[in-house]
Amino acid sequence: MVGIVGYGSHIPRYRIRVEEIAKVWGADAPAYKKGLGLNEKSVPAPDEDCATLAVNASRNALRRANIDAKQIGAVYVGSESHPYAVKPTGTIVSEALGACPFVHTADLEFACKAGTEGMFIALHLVKSGVVQYALAVGADTSQGAPGDALEFSAAAGAAAFIMGSKNLAAELLDTHCYMTDTPDFWRREHAYYPEHGGRFTGKPAYEKHLFSATSGMLEKAKLKPEDISYVIFHQPNGKFPVNAAQKLGFKEPQYKLGLLCPTLGNTYSGSSPMGLAATLDAAEADRLILLVSYGSGAGSDAFIFRTTEKLLEIRDMAPKTRKQLDEHKQYIEYGTYAKFRRKILRAE
Amino acid sequence: MNEVAIIGVGMTKWGELWEKSLRDISVEAALKCLDDAGVDKVDSITVGTMSGGLFNAQEHIGSLVADYLGQRFVPATRVESACASGGLAVKTAYMEVASGLSQYALAVGVEKMTDVDGGDATFALATASDYDYEAFHGITFPGLYALMAVAHMKKYGTSLEQLAQVSVKNHHNGSLNPHAQFPFTVTLNQVMTSTMVADPMRLLHCSPITDGAAAVLLVPLAVAKKMNKSYAVITGIGHASDTIALCQRKDFAKLEVVEVAAQRALKMAGKTIGDIDFAEVHDCFSIAEIMVMEALGVVESGQGGPATINGLTALDGDFPINPSGGLKSKGHPVGATGVAQVVEAVIQLRGQAGPRQIKNARTALTQNMGGSGASSIIHILEAR
Amino acid sequence: MAMHVARNWRETPERYRMEAAKCKKCSAIHFPARLICPECQGREFATVRLSGKGELATFTIIRIAPTGFGDLIPYAVGIVKMDEGIHVMAQIVDCNPEELKIGDRVVSQFRRINQEGKTGMIIYGYKFVPDLGL
Repeated sequence: MVGIVGYGSHIPRYRIRVEEIAKVWGADAPAYKKGLGLNEKSVPAPDEDCATLAVNASRNALRRANIDAKQIGAVYVGSESHPYAVKPTGTIVSEALGACPFVHTADLEFACKAGTEGMFIALHLVKSGVVQYALAVGADTSQGAPGDALEFSAAAGAAAFIMGSKNLAAELLDTHCYMTDTPDFWRREHAYYPEHGGRFTGKPAYEKHLFSATSGMLEKAKLKPEDISYVIFHQPNGKFPVNAAQKLGFKEPQYKLGLLCPTLGNTYSGSSPMGLAATLDAAEADRLILLVSYGSGAGSDAFIFRTTEKLLEIRDMAPKTRKQLDEHKQYIEYGTYAKFRRKILRAE
Repeated sequence: MNEVAIIGVGMTKWGELWEKSLRDISVEAALKCLDDAGVDKVDSITVGTMSGGLFNAQEHIGSLVADYLGQRFVPATRVESACASGGLAVKTAYMEVASGLSQYALAVGVEKMTDVDGGDATFALATASDYDYEAFHGITFPGLYALMAVAHMKKYGTSLEQLAQVSVKNHHNGSLNPHAQFPFTVTLNQVMTSTMVADPMRLLHCSPITDGAAAVLLVPLAVAKKMNKSYAVITGIGHASDTIALCQRKDFAKLEVVEVAAQRALKMAGKTIGDIDFAEVHDCFSIAEIMVMEALGVVESGQGGPATINGLTALDGDFPINPSGGLKSKGHPVGATGVAQVVEAVIQLRGQAGPRQIKNARTALTQNMGGSGASSIIHILEAR
Repeated sequence: MAMHVARNWRETPERYRMEAAKCKKCSAIHFPARLICPECQGREFATVRLSGKGELATFTIIRIAPTGFGDLIPYAVGIVKMDEGIHVMAQIVDCNPEELKIGDRVVSQFRRINQEGKTGMIIYGYKFVPDLGL
């Protein structure tokens, strides 16, 4: 038996509306909002980065897991905006939690699925018996190039999961992966912003991998869409995951809890993990959750969890995801946003 | 222990002295002092300067000054206590004479702050705080004093007008001082609408970046008596330290270090605060003057603001504070300030202060302070 | 630009985990840790992690900042009275600084403090945010 013993998320306080960004570039805001299924996104403050989001999300996970950080045997941080190109985020997170020194750590990168990658490794590592608890974090403060479509959606957030083999809040039933070499979106070293294949990112990329992973997972687990109470797909915008759900046979009540993108934006490695965290905050016990991520390059990781009674006991022990998303937001305009995101730099 | 008198004083004009170097201004002030005393050879030199290293890439300032003052082989000491380095230089020179080690002990205070840009100057000043636990968090010196102002305003109801009046009064005095960096008056409105630096400290609440030097010559009282001129005697010294970090002090609205130093100085001089005719205090920020006058016992705690507005500390008030213009108008070359306070005290006690002369000035108190109140050195001087 | 790797690394327990020293003799808590207790002169201490919760004792808003902090202007720096009874100085973020009040409840959060230039070390530490009771 293996599964989630603690989970947590962290969302920055600041938001920027689609209208604000559209205004600067002369873009059609209503069209973008409709086309992307997105109203606003989170913005990290200048003193936030992947490491700070990861630490704060992990601390929330630790509160729910109610274990001593020293019991964590492995820490994996997945991101496409690690603060250093060489020097792990995992060591910073481990040190900040107080998990050091008997900890295996690795930084992961696979575009938006680096978070679920860590979850896959953490779960199977605990299952193998090598460690008692393993922490997996998906955290990003990714950038969209000024004036590019991605600027409307590239957001910041993190979700962390501590995996263990007892006192489970959600038990893992099985995992399934689907991956090919598909160049839909990438960033070369020294390039500040990523590049993407436009409409190529749809059918041959997101759809192909996410759909294949989903159908493969259901088949492997001998389940049908209607057996799943909650489904969370990777959410690069508000449209893709809803279209995917409809095409794959899922209905709105099933994906409602986990759909954060319309007011959060795309948190990249945090995207589907944060959807899972939001789902766990409100799910009923003894229900099945299907989580399918997508990372450009490309691949999808699928997981099926069953919630337990324990989940209901622990979820009030740390800030809930929806609350962080909806309450105490601070809206900023484009100038402040550009400054926060270092698109304009002060000479110092 | 010998009793100690001051027989010579000197200072340069204070301001942005682009044409003059660190050694130029040190020597200029020292020569003026020696000429004033009518002495051409000294037995020791103490230089008070906060950071020749960070402002000028020059340490070993004792030897530098001794060398360029033409006082070869004279023992030279550099002392540092952040912005109280000058007061510490005077105290150290006092110890030279009191102990009998020196007959003619020169104390020079100097700081040449404009050879680095604003960012580097701010960094150098930040080293007077707890670097790892205060400057590290992005606090500045105006910020540290603003924290105290906020606490003082909350505890006692001190108002923004009262804070601003400190600057108005000191600028009035400084406009009468030919050595001042800013010899002009300012209005209450100008102060209260100047650029905000760290709420509630505005630009005109803050002392400036200044180049300047000041010097005093100390001798045993017996030597002073033989000379045919007026002199001042140092009758009391009080010196205290407190926590380096502001957040570890007991009361953010109080400068306890000044209370302790004042008690020690007054005790040594056999005086109470009521015996003091005027004071030169460390108004690095307007709130500092208010808190210092409370700590000295000039007024009760919390009454510094009202007393300032009511004119207690004006040039013609019952207890004039900062007749020189204070740090705000005269300037604040950090290591020099403490010595310049003593220079002003002596000039007042001699009756040589001209338009800013305080009537019947017989007993003076100078109060110099380091950092956010982590050190303070007080001297009590009497006219003879 | 000088490299301060050792100096910054050495501060990890305080900056990353707010570890303080509790005097074994008189129970006084010291942050940062000390070698000798100023209250009782004791020399033995236990490591304690501050809870991170406290209330704002005093604060100011920095509008002219030292090098490296320019992007944050205007930002609040305050002294927080921790629930453990001691005082700590730090920035207060994720708020409109003008809306802060003395007495506000705050909670610590891991944030980026500074960096040694664009290619140098990133320095992390603690800041406080309003305690929203989420």
